[in-house]
Amino acid sequence: MELLLSGNSANVSRSRWLRLHASAVFAFLYLPIAVLILYSFNGQGVGGFPPRNLTLDWYQTLFSDGAIWDSVLNSLEVGFAAMAISLTFGIPAALALDRANFPGKALFRRLVLLPLILPGIITGLSLLMLFDLAGTKLSLLTIVLGHGTALIAVATTEVFAGLQKLDRAQEEASLDLGANYWQTFWRVTVPNLKLPIIGAALLIFTLSMDEIAVSFFLIGRDNTLPLEIWGRLRRGITPEINAISTIIFIFSLVTIVFWYRLRVKAEGSVEAGAELIAATDS
Amino acid sequence: MFSRAYRTIVTVPPLAWVAVFLLVPYALMFCYSFWSVSSAQTIVRSWNVANYQELFQKPVYWETLLRSIWIAARVMIFSLLLGYPLAYFLSFYSGKRKDLLYQMVIIPLWVSYLVRAYAWKTILGSDGVLNTLLQYVHLTSHPLDFLLYSPFAVVLTLTHIYTPFTILPIYASLEHIPRNLVEASHDLGATPAQTFWKVIFPLSIPGVVAGATFAFVLSLGDFLAPLLLGGPSGIMISNIVVSLFGAAYNWPLGAAISLCMLVVVVSLLFFSERLEKKWSFS
Repeated sequence: MELLLSGNSANVSRSRWLRLHASAVFAFLYLPIAVLILYSFNGQGVGGFPPRNLTLDWYQTLFSDGAIWDSVLNSLEVGFAAMAISLTFGIPAALALDRANFPGKALFRRLVLLPLILPGIITGLSLLMLFDLAGTKLSLLTIVLGHGTALIAVATTEVFAGLQKLDRAQEEASLDLGANYWQTFWRVTVPNLKLPIIGAALLIFTLSMDEIAVSFFLIGRDNTLPLEIWGRLRRGITPEINAISTIIFIFSLVTIVFWYRLRVKAEGSVEAGAELIAATDS
Repeated sequence: MFSRAYRTIVTVPPLAWVAVFLLVPYALMFCYSFWSVSSAQTIVRSWNVANYQELFQKPVYWETLLRSIWIAARVMIFSLLLGYPLAYFLSFYSGKRKDLLYQMVIIPLWVSYLVRAYAWKTILGSDGVLNTLLQYVHLTSHPLDFLLYSPFAVVLTLTHIYTPFTILPIYASLEHIPRNLVEASHDLGATPAQTFWKVIFPLSIPGVVAGATFAFVLSLGDFLAPLLLGGPSGIMISNIVVSLFGAAYNWPLGAAISLCMLVVVVSLLFFSERLEKKWSFS
């Protein structure tokens, strides 16, 4: 393709222009994050150019900040519990969409995917009304239910994509050779879906750890990490928040790159993620 | 090959979960929007359209809604202007670095919303990085105050957050264009510009529509960026909803506004799906 298009000089200038644009967009996407990280080492506070008195003090303050670490533990709990719920219902949902016909199937598919494209406020508020009506006290549990429900979409999409690539003959052989459905599911279907399932689990966990819009409405007395940070932002900012943001960024970066590798390995394509996005309106 | 029991087991639990935690809450939001609040601050469950009347009569509501639509529209346009050429570069000109650059788009997509919004707050503030930088190089003598707490800050931040959301579907649609179509156009004597406008661009429209919908819908419902960076002039419709569900305690009116948002969003999704179908060639 490149050979074909790089034939004449108009094309060379076109590709040069595109490259310049791409660099500018990447700078726009990454510079704010770079600034954020740089100022987590700034002795003089969150603003002020040039950064002065580079220090690790803010990280020290952070590590001895009990409230932050309590909220981190809460977020980890929520992340794991949400992951369990999303997988428990998302995997069967993908199997159902792949293999069963039932009335309202099209509606069901849209409904499952909706929380991923709807602004978080709608999901959060509608669940708030449900919990209010049911008399459920808001707590980490209500956040877990919110995240678990909203992120079923991720599990379903990832596993559904895996199922499309699955060789049905293996399951058929297992059934013909006398294994029951339960055995076939655990010994043939799940091992074949290992990569999509791990990928989905990672993504759900990361998204739950970062989620704020839905949690905002379902929060009880205990804060998740993003809500703890949110509360502090309103009281004034210090580079301690840059420090915790830097750690969150690195944590997300590692899991996302790992997820991406898994996805490429499972799908053999570099379109990981696009399908997840595109699935919501197909 | 899958028995009735198998299909029931994979279908019923996710269906039941989604019914309870998605369908019922949305239905509840619908009901609430026709209820009202008594002077004793309790919800009165008698049906009337007073909330909708109030919504259309008081300018504060529809003016804020219009402003939100205008902010979301700008985010959509800027995201497309930044995203399309980048996706095009990635798909046609990036060569061996495609995989790496693609990952560089995915990473900001999934990295914490809060971290990125916070980064902009530290950059745009009056003692922020940008203002102190401008004064350091003597471009200005006093801080520019339109940078933070303005619609500008909201549009900039949301564009930063949603640009990757527009890149992915556009990239996916560009990748799906059979390369021999491009070659054929070239061989038949079309100039590169003609090939782009008559072959590539029309075939990428489904991706553009999907990306535009994402950016518009997600920024329309945003309430965190306006709270953090918008100031009084950057308030969006969701902020009004938040206050109605909080201090102002008028859940029914808040529900009515949310429902209007839900209707706008779902009809946009429906519309964009039709558009994508119309323009897709497969």
